[in-house]
Amino acid sequence: MRAFWALLVRDLKSASRAGGSLTTLLAFYLSLGVILPIAIGPDKPLLASLGPALIWTGVLLSSLLGLDRIFVADHEDGSLAAFRHSRLSLSTISFVKLIVHWLTTALPLIVLTPVMGVLLTIDLQTLLSVMLTLLLGTPAIAALSLVAAALSVSLKRGAVIAPILVMPLAIPAVIFGVGAAKPLLGAGQAETALLYLSAMSLVFVAFAPFAAALALRLSQE
Amino acid sequence: MIDLGPHATFIIAAYAIVSLVTIGLVGVTISNVFRQARRLERLEAERKTGA
Amino acid sequence: MTDQSETISSNWFSQLAHPGMFMRWSAYLIWPLGLLSIVLFAVGLWFAFFHSPADYQMGETVRIMYVHVPNAWLSQFCYGLMAVSAVGTLVWRHPMADVSMKAAAPLGAAFTAMALVTGSLWGRPTWGTFWEWDGRMTSTLILFLIYLGLIALWRTFEDQLRAAKVVAVLTLVGAVNIPIIKFSVDWWNTLHQPSTFFRADGPKAPASIITPLLTMTLAFTVLFLLLHLLRMRTEVTKRKADRLEHLKIARQQKGA
Repeated sequence: MRAFWALLVRDLKSASRAGGSLTTLLAFYLSLGVILPIAIGPDKPLLASLGPALIWTGVLLSSLLGLDRIFVADHEDGSLAAFRHSRLSLSTISFVKLIVHWLTTALPLIVLTPVMGVLLTIDLQTLLSVMLTLLLGTPAIAALSLVAAALSVSLKRGAVIAPILVMPLAIPAVIFGVGAAKPLLGAGQAETALLYLSAMSLVFVAFAPFAAALALRLSQE
Repeated sequence: MIDLGPHATFIIAAYAIVSLVTIGLVGVTISNVFRQARRLERLEAERKTGA
Repeated sequence: MTDQSETISSNWFSQLAHPGMFMRWSAYLIWPLGLLSIVLFAVGLWFAFFHSPADYQMGETVRIMYVHVPNAWLSQFCYGLMAVSAVGTLVWRHPMADVSMKAAAPLGAAFTAMALVTGSLWGRPTWGTFWEWDGRMTSTLILFLIYLGLIALWRTFEDQLRAAKVVAVLTLVGAVNIPIIKFSVDWWNTLHQPSTFFRADGPKAPASIITPLLTMTLAFTVLFLLLHLLRMRTEVTKRKADRLEHLKIARQQKGA
């Protein structure tokens, strides 16, 4: 358990030291928040009704931007090879990477979401439910990103290909996430979507570290 | 030929596209069979002559 | 007793699956499969155009179904085949499983694309639009994207042996995800209440439709098996040739 925390702290520290990536991430998300309303036009009711969908799309695309950071640094400096002899299993290490990725990518995006809410002129109620669905749904996206990052870690063009692998698999999360956040749904349907979303996140987070560890082991043989 | 009704264009288009893609798939597959076989033959001959 | 029969059967299987053996026995299958698929296509097309009535609901457009349904079935069958091969790659580490996976992926993408195109050509007269965001079409489109991702991953690796293992992991992750995607898309679809007035899975089809449908499905499946076999053989040959080429380059470098 001590090794687990040590690794978590080490990764969080190195992520915060490379502060440029956080700025890039937030700037990308914010740019989407500017480009989408400009492309759609300043039609407030239309923007508000599209709001949850646009925010979810924005979060998905932005979180794919930082995907290659999950393993690349450790791959380049050789820590990834050293991890194989560590006391922690490769799946535990992958689980730590998943937590760090979520904390450094999904969480900042969720924190910035109220700004997106203002830009897209959605009301407070909708904003809160979107943020709730993001909290519950981004772990699933982070889990898929983890697996895709592990699959493409040894590739030079991994950063290009990994998002293509994640997107089709992330569609259920988007469906349930936006579905739960839409204020116009019939009674009970938002709750159903929320349940499915949470179940998905739980299952994906539970299985992704093992799939990622398997991919890491195989791609280093 | 039977009368395909008012939507004949769509039916013909569907069959035309499927035939084109299928024939193309068969063609590419067969040409690859021969290309790789020739390549292997050439490389094996080169090895025997010690080129 | 059981142990012995098991070793015999595993020997029998590993012999059949050995690349050299595979090349020998599969050569005997090419012509029979080719002839069978030509006959089946001839019979199926004859039924499809000359020996089946127009549907009372769909009219003549029912004939599009005879090329659409086989392709839609193959798009899923091919993924199943790839998933089984992926297990073969990861569990038994069998080189022929790699070859089978690699040979199947582009075929799967092609058949899925044909299913989408014929589906949309059927949808235009039936639904009045080329694209309806209905459950089946949406899931098939996502399946197409997954195929593209798999092919892209194959192509970015230089070392094809390593690629096989990594692609196998992605294939299985996809296989686990496909039911979830299907379920979520169906849920999404009921949510948005599409304007479909006809469902392909609705009323039971009469026998006049079943015969051409089954014949065409069989014809496409036999064709798929033939193409898969040919592509597997090509891949085995290619790997042999690649090895020789490496040796040649090594010799030249030593000589230089």
